Amino acid sequence: MTSRLEAESVQTAHAGAWAYVQLMKPRIMLLVVFTALVGLVIAQSITGLTIDIILASIALLAVALGSGAAGAINMWYDSDIDRLMHRTSARPVPAGLIPREEALSFGIILSGVSVLLMWMSSNFVAAVLLALSIFYYGVVYTIWLKRRTPHNIVIGGGAGALPPVIGWAIITGSVSLEAWILFAVIFFWTPPHFWALSLLAKNEYMLAKVPMLPVAHGVSNTRMQILVYSVILVMISSLPVFAGFGGVLYALTSLATGLVFLWMTVDLKFSQAGSETASSRDRLKAMRLFGFSILYLFLLFAVLLIEHGFGVFYPFQGISP
Amino acid sequence: MSEDKDSDQPLSKAELAARNRRNIWLGFALAGFVILVLLITVVRLANGIPERM
Repeated sequence: MTSRLEAESVQTAHAGAWAYVQLMKPRIMLLVVFTALVGLVIAQSITGLTIDIILASIALLAVALGSGAAGAINMWYDSDIDRLMHRTSARPVPAGLIPREEALSFGIILSGVSVLLMWMSSNFVAAVLLALSIFYYGVVYTIWLKRRTPHNIVIGGGAGALPPVIGWAIITGSVSLEAWILFAVIFFWTPPHFWALSLLAKNEYMLAKVPMLPVAHGVSNTRMQILVYSVILVMISSLPVFAGFGGVLYALTSLATGLVFLWMTVDLKFSQAGSETASSRDRLKAMRLFGFSILYLFLLFAVLLIEHGFGVFYPFQGISP
Repeated sequence: MSEDKDSDQPLSKAELAARNRRNIWLGFALAGFVILVLLITVVRLANGIPERM
């Protein structure tokens, strides 16, 4: 026991900067910053309001730090179950690179710094929204929901859906319908995206006693829920066109990728993915849906960014208000 | 993790080097924060100049 603690202690002493970068969940951070940037660019394009590029850059940095803070708080609280699951066992806290309490301190300090920077560089509304999103992910999702209800991902998805709203607020100091539509796209994207992964990791969640949908209600029900949420997602994804901020390029992209998304979820629905008897081909279907869902969200937001950031926005005449 | 290790026990060379590295990064982070606050102040003041003229 002593030698294990000594080994951990030495490992901790060797923890480099990279361990702290990992603590901030850099891949999620990239998606968060990207969607916030899209919200910001659309707000500039639609309202005609502008912000100094240095202030905008610092505000986006604050979004990144806020995302990192929430990730660190999540890793602090979940270190016990992260240790049990293969997918998360190499994270800095379960791997012994960063002490648990240090992860919490890091998360709290980073939360304060990010909200302060946001307030100084943009406005009070954006700072409150950033604080809300950190609290939502770090406390509401991680501490209150994740281990209590199979709806954890559905309700907790609100945290990941806030960045474009924050981006919008950075420019306007308020939120409007367009921002909430972008929120809804990410909100309804999160369950099918994450449940596809949880079908593959069902046994690990069972071991860690986390009531993810496949554990609590079975894999067949999960595949059905993925299909239902995907239908809602594809319909919601068309709203930017009707609200007047998604142009021809967006409409074509959302239609094409939406059809592929639906085809993949129908294919998954009638597979055995997630069950003990699933073939490697069925497992691949869940894995592919997980991967494609990331591409789907990226493409939708990238096209909006191109339309509004590069002056190629051509709205549909007669449809847009 | 400090309670896991006897506080009287001297740190090894590797541990001291790692601690120094962490301190340097902490210094960079603090300096970065100060620079960001300075930048925000300068930009906000500069943007306010035309309004006062």
